[in-house]
Amino acid sequence: MVPTHYYLILSAILFGLGVVAFMFRRNIITIFMSIELMLNAVNLAFVAFSRALNKLDGQVFVLFVIVVAAAEAAVGLGIIIVIARNRQSLNVERVDLLKL
Amino acid sequence: MSILNYLWIIPALPLLGSAVNGLFGSKWPNKIVNVVAVGSTGLSFLAALEAVREFTHLAPENIPWVKQYFTWIIAGDFRAGFDLQIDHLTVVMLLVVTGVGWLIHIYSTGYMAHEGGYYRFFSYLNLFMFFMLILVLAANYVLLFVGWEGVGLSSYLLIGFYFLRKSASDAGKKAFIVNRIGDFGFMLGMFLLFRTFGTLDFVPLFAKATPMPADAMGHLGMFTVACLLLFMGACGKSAQLPLYVWLPDAMEGPTPVSALIHAATMVTAGVYVVARSHILFTHAPTAMFVVAVVGCATAFFAATIGLVQTDIKRVLAYSTVSQLGYMFLACGVGAFSAGIFHLMTHAFFKALLFLAAGSVIHAIGGEQDMMRMGGLSKKIRWTYVTMLTATLAIAGFPPLAGFFSKDAILLSAYQSEHGGRILYAFGLLTALLTSFYMFRLIFLTFHGKPRYDEKKVHVHESPKSMLVPLMILAVLSIIGGWMAAPAFFGSPDYFAKFLEPVFAQTAGGAEAAEAAAQALEIPLAIVAVVSALLGFAVAFWLYLKQPGKPAQLAKSMSGVYNTLLHKYYVDEIYNAIIVNPLLWVSTSVLWQAVDVRAIDATVNGIAEGATDIGDGVRHTQSGNTRSYAVWVVIGALVIIAIIFWPYFRPATVGMVR
Repeated sequence: MVPTHYYLILSAILFGLGVVAFMFRRNIITIFMSIELMLNAVNLAFVAFSRALNKLDGQVFVLFVIVVAAAEAAVGLGIIIVIARNRQSLNVERVDLLKL
Repeated sequence: MSILNYLWIIPALPLLGSAVNGLFGSKWPNKIVNVVAVGSTGLSFLAALEAVREFTHLAPENIPWVKQYFTWIIAGDFRAGFDLQIDHLTVVMLLVVTGVGWLIHIYSTGYMAHEGGYYRFFSYLNLFMFFMLILVLAANYVLLFVGWEGVGLSSYLLIGFYFLRKSASDAGKKAFIVNRIGDFGFMLGMFLLFRTFGTLDFVPLFAKATPMPADAMGHLGMFTVACLLLFMGACGKSAQLPLYVWLPDAMEGPTPVSALIHAATMVTAGVYVVARSHILFTHAPTAMFVVAVVGCATAFFAATIGLVQTDIKRVLAYSTVSQLGYMFLACGVGAFSAGIFHLMTHAFFKALLFLAAGSVIHAIGGEQDMMRMGGLSKKIRWTYVTMLTATLAIAGFPPLAGFFSKDAILLSAYQSEHGGRILYAFGLLTALLTSFYMFRLIFLTFHGKPRYDEKKVHVHESPKSMLVPLMILAVLSIIGGWMAAPAFFGSPDYFAKFLEPVFAQTAGGAEAAEAAAQALEIPLAIVAVVSALLGFAVAFWLYLKQPGKPAQLAKSMSGVYNTLLHKYYVDEIYNAIIVNPLLWVSTSVLWQAVDVRAIDATVNGIAEGATDIGDGVRHTQSGNTRSYAVWVVIGALVIIAIIFWPYFRPATVGMVR
């Protein structure tokens, strides 16, 4: 059996990659994908703990996260399409109208 | 309904007039403003007459008649109420203030007819009447002080009536500030009285003070200190040495104001306060002596300055200072009723002099320099006749009012225990000087050859509204003193008898002096008349017989002449010793060092610091989503670091594994 901390390390690596991509990429779709990556890294950790502790709570949480992620993807993609239409660009640096 | 129960109506009427004119008068024609202003003071005068009539029917045990309307201040044991009182002293003041005030209101409708700010003038004048009536009717020192400050305020407003002229607004400020020095003493005096007696109401205060032992001569007891402090306030308000400097400058105001405020009523408030506090003063012989000396010195000092002034109103201003000195001299030697008597007669003839001077100025088109008048007697006959009457009255010719009052003062001074002869000598000399400068004024203004440009100036007599008050005041200047006439026939005069209930305590043991006074009365009166005649003769000789002589004299005694012309350089000395150092400290120390460099710099520095910090921090809000994400990540890392810090310590690493 694979030890639990292997899963956790993998989860941390995936999460870190997601964070780094979120911070440093400019393309809004890439950023969106990095968010999905972070969510799924967390899912992996939940499942791993669920298995290690012999409890189903973690797997229930995972189902919730997947549902939320699906909803978020639907809304987020809608926003992205509007941005793309209005600005002819997916560069997130140009979406800064909230700035003073 | 007895008006004695509604005493507040008397001051309230002018207040109402002032408010109505001040709020709505700007849109009204002069006629309506006249009706409001003259009507309200006239009604006030009638109310005062009715109050006096009812007062004479009061039983002696009800006098002083005190009416408490509402409580104004309560703090611990201290109570100051809106209480009005009326006694014999108040009656005299009340009639003088409302009566003379009303006449001057009528006069002003003619004098101010062509001036701008007509409604403003009458609003201020009515406001003055209100405060002056509060002053004389007040039943405690606190309410009296309200009136005291209020008349100061109205005086300031009216001196600076032509506020576009810098000299006028400066004169207003000067009057206000110099008065403030006196008020400082007055307030300290009130505090001391309250600390000693626990009340500032006149009736209980004087009742408590009466049985107390008097301070010895030369001893600074409570009474002496309190009286000197009160007298300091009186010096400021009544223009005595060394605080007289504001009054001559106050002539910048319109002439009716000079007549009402700076001759007849407000400036006599100091004398009134001293007379009102006579019980305190009789307990303080040192203070009395100071009052007498200051009064006598002021009378003489101001009279000498009046000798050489050429501005007609300034001569009268110095004359007022001088006559106020007489009143204080009378109070100082214990003859309070003589002081109040002179106050009353002075109100008549000095108001008349100012109003007549205003009529002259009006006639000759605004000129005030007597050197550019002359020969006016035929052209403005009524003004001339009335002014001559007032001059005879102030110079002390029998049987006019000034003769009786001045004579009573000189007699009391002569009988005074402390330095009586010297006080009398200076008083007599002042009477001579008074006679001289007043006739000098008459001769320069009305006699001789015209010294103005007859082609340009159209001399015209004043309208009826101005002449009628002049005539009434002229009649009063003649008969105003007759109440004291019986003194010459061996019985005490009616005026002193009328005031006796007020000054009874101080007049005690006067029977012996009475007999001595009888013997002195007539010789002293003759001496006084001779000195007045002498002043007249000198003025006649110098200004009518030898018109070139005064200039010649001025040249041969240029030192004395210039000193007098520049008023003993008192203004210059005050400027050098007090005003300029104060200005220097204010500008270079308080303003530029303390205010700008210390206080402003600190406040501005804090504000600028806050602005700079905000400006720096503002840049963290980039509006860029990813930079916010970076902050979130950094925050998360910090929190993780804090939570997991114990597990990363080298000693515990093994346990986790």
